[in-house]
Order: sequence, then structure tokens, then C-alpha cells
Amino acid sequence: MTNEQLIEHLSAAFPDAVVKQGKQYPEITVSKEILHAFMKNLKSDTKLAFDYLVCESGVDYPAFIQVVYHIESTSLQHFLIVKCNTENRETAVLDTVMDIWPTAEFHEREIYDLLGITFNHHTDLRRLFLDDTWGHPLRKDFKDDIHVVER
Amino acid sequence: MAEIIEKLITTDEIKTDEYLVNMGPQHPSTHGVLRLLVKLEGEIVHNVEPHIGYIHSGIEKMSEALSYPQIIHLTDRMDYLSAHMNNEAVCLCIEDALQVQVPERVKYIRTIIDELQRLASHQLWWCASGMDLGALTAFFYGLRDREDILDIFEETCGARLTLNYSVPGGVMFDIHPNFQAKVKAFIKKFRKILPEYDKLLTGNIIFQNRTKGVGILSKEDAIAYGVTGPTGRASGFSCDVRKHHPYSAYPYIKFDEKVGTDGDCFMRWKLRMDEMRESLNIIEQLIDNIPEGDYALKMKGVIKLPEGEFYQRVETARGEFGVYIVSDGKKNPYRVKYRSPGFSNLFAINHIAKKWKIADLVAIMATFDLVIPDIDR
Repeated sequence: MTNEQLIEHLSAAFPDAVVKQGKQYPEITVSKEILHAFMKNLKSDTKLAFDYLVCESGVDYPAFIQVVYHIESTSLQHFLIVKCNTENRETAVLDTVMDIWPTAEFHEREIYDLLGITFNHHTDLRRLFLDDTWGHPLRKDFKDDIHVVER
Repeated sequence: MAEIIEKLITTDEIKTDEYLVNMGPQHPSTHGVLRLLVKLEGEIVHNVEPHIGYIHSGIEKMSEALSYPQIIHLTDRMDYLSAHMNNEAVCLCIEDALQVQVPERVKYIRTIIDELQRLASHQLWWCASGMDLGALTAFFYGLRDREDILDIFEETCGARLTLNYSVPGGVMFDIHPNFQAKVKAFIKKFRKILPEYDKLLTGNIIFQNRTKGVGILSKEDAIAYGVTGPTGRASGFSCDVRKHHPYSAYPYIKFDEKVGTDGDCFMRWKLRMDEMRESLNIIEQLIDNIPEGDYALKMKGVIKLPEGEFYQRVETARGEFGVYIVSDGKKNPYRVKYRSPGFSNLFAINHIAKKWKIADLVAIMATFDLVIPDIDR
């Protein structure tokens, strides 16, 4: 599908979600309530067939933390960016997508470790890189007097 | 005999308890500081749990405090065997965000260095995994030939490992006057050496017994776990970024994407050998046609990206490398995320190593071609 067709198809299927053409790829923002059902549909819908989770990243914004999914379809060769915001920075909770794409298990462990987002229904949510004495370094309010030098 | 052993193992007579063994962080076959917590019953692997983070250096966090030209040389330190591809990914992302077109000469130079780097990486992989499987001779052959490529790099950009050659808008220096002659001499020499590589290991019956049919990764699992690069292609997952999303000079040239079928260790091995030949073909098509012109654009002293989010993917020697930059219009990035190929590849090991012997786990890790700083970042 071309980007235009993809946007059209997604807007028709999910009227609640905000779909727009980003600088490179179509972008869709979904609410955290429908995240899991939406992702499941992306994979199972034969017209979309998004079977390859390329990258999952977390971004800390002043009001919320955003998880960004870069997803590709290996059979239909189209690419989509899905964004989902947590309610606020204090209770950062989202649903896991590891049952849809197994690779998400480790991307989510990394996000949990570095940004402190908890993923519901994740089977093995432990820190990946750091030990428990650390906070969540990729949060903007992270303070570490020893390792971080402020200019 | 095999039936008797099978019977003995399945009945409780010689059944042993499950026990945990730490493989690493200083194990030679983990190629760096990776610790695998292996659950064993006798010699049979039941579970592999990778513990990473021993050299987590916080590159993504550091990048938030640095300017765009400065973050490029941190990427050398991630996958040090694909240093130039990582540099190029960030440069392409910045150029794409600024909407600048680099000169044709730059595209050619970058692609040639890319492929030389891929060759150097595969040579090191070839010799090191030979050593993992008990063939020490291969190690000396591989390092001897890799030296030629590193000398070419040294002459052109001063560094041998962490090149830092790409800058936004071009490359740091023009190629050395000897560059073309030396690359052509290397191709001629290496074409003669490649059959020797095959003679030494690929055709070796001991080597084949250790790798054929071992550690099979199916195409569905490769896609589900996001296993890319030669490892994913050996399973039949056509994931070559150079082919599907061409960048730099890749649109101008003809080359085959090698895709395997079996997905076992031997296929992964063979695929990288084929890729080395294909890299030589790519360089041959480009080396005589480098266009005249500038080797870099004049960029502003302080590079500020427009507000927004940018994603760029390139193919490194290990698989798909992605750069995700979130910019708020300042001279530092708001957030940088690197999608490193090794990270996704590593976690497929648990899935395929089950029910194999611990010696096969070494073969699987060898053919996965892991570089640990790439995983830890």
C-alpha cells in the first residue's frame, strides 16, 4: 500500500485515532486503552499485515512519556509509526505488545529500565542494563552528581 | 547405540538434575562481555538467558548533551566493526532532516567505504568463528587479509577502527590519491584468497558436521524476533535495507540480495561468504566511476535540526541499524534512539538453542556474529 492508501485505510478502520502523514512515514497516535487491540489488528488484518516490529523507543516529554513503535510489513513493504502516550509521568503504564511481536519483550525491558514505563501483562519485566540502585536515566529530570556533568 | 543412549536419557536411570552455568562475561566465544545464564541437563541446553549491560555506556543519554556533529563519533563505539555504516546512518538522518543533497562524489565514497567495512567485518567474523569452532588457523588468515583494508582506511582517513569519516554534508577528507589503485589491488588479491577460505573451512567435514542442521531459525521466527542482516536472510527473511530502502550510491548499482533457505548455522556461514563476494562486485562497479566534485558541502558552524522526528535505516554488517532522532529545534537532539541489529538478534538465541548441546550453542553464537557494545550501547 502507498502511504496515502495506508492513511485512508487506517482512518476508516479507526475513527478515534489521529492519522497524519509525517515527514517520512504515516504516523498514528492511539490512546492507551485501545493500544493492544489496535496493534493486534495491525498484524492480523491481511490488508495491513504488519509483522515486523523494527524499533520501539520511549521519549520523555514534560507532560507524559511516549512510546514510539516503528512497524513494517515484510510482505506488503509498507511502514508505519505508531505513538502512544502514558497518562502522566508519575503513573507511566501501558499494555505490552510482546504477545504480538516477541522482539518487543526486550525492547520493553529496555524502556522499563531506562525510562520507567511499566508494561501490563509483560511476563518478565526486569531491568535489562542497569542494577536496582539506578533511577531511570533517560528521564529528563534524572540527577546523578557522580556520572553526569552539568554545563 | 543411539537408541540405547536415547532410552537411557529418557528414562530416569542416568537422568541428571538441571543446573545453571554462567557462560561469560569473560568467555572467549561470547566475543565481549556478554553473560549467558545457561540452564543445562547434562550437556543439553534447556534455557539461555542473556544478561547484558556490562558495557552499557549510556550513549543515548550522552547524545542529549552533545551537538549533532559530536554524536556521530559516539556511534563508532557501538558496533566498532561497522563504524562507518553507523556514522553514515546519523549523517543521512541529519541531511534528510535539513533537506540537503550531498554531492554525488560523497555518495560513491561512502558506499565504497561501507562495503570495505562490511568485508573487514565479515573477515573478522570468519576468522573468529572459525576459532570458536576449534579451527585456530583461520584466525591468522582472516586477520592477515583484514590488515589490507585497515591500511586503506588509515591512508584515507587516519583511523583504522573507529573511522569517524562521515560528517553531515559529506566526508571529512577527500580520498587519498592511492585509494583507487589500492582498492583495486585488494579486490584482485582477495578474489584469489576467497576460495582458500572455502577450502579451509566451508568444505571441511568436521566443520560441516558442527554446523549443518544445527540451530535452525525459521523465517517466521526471524521476522517475529526482528532478526536482520545475514542472520535473518539465511532464514529466508528478505531484509536487506540496501535493496528495499536504497541510500547513498546503492540505487545506481546492480547487486543481488543473497537470501538463504535453511536457516541453520551452515546457511548463515555460507550467506556471509556469498556476501563478501557480492561486496567485491559492488566495489568494482563503483571504484572506477567516482565522479569529480566536492567531497563535502559547506555546512553551518552550528547545525540545528528543524523540530520533528526523523528515522533513518541503513544496513550494517550485522543487520538493520536505525537512528531515531527527536528534535526540538535546538543544537542538541531532544532524544536519540539507536535501533541496533545485535540487540534484536541476540534474543533469538534462546529460542533456537533449546535442545541442542552446549557446544552447538557456541556454533550458534559464532554464526550470529554478535558485537557486544552494539547490544549494550
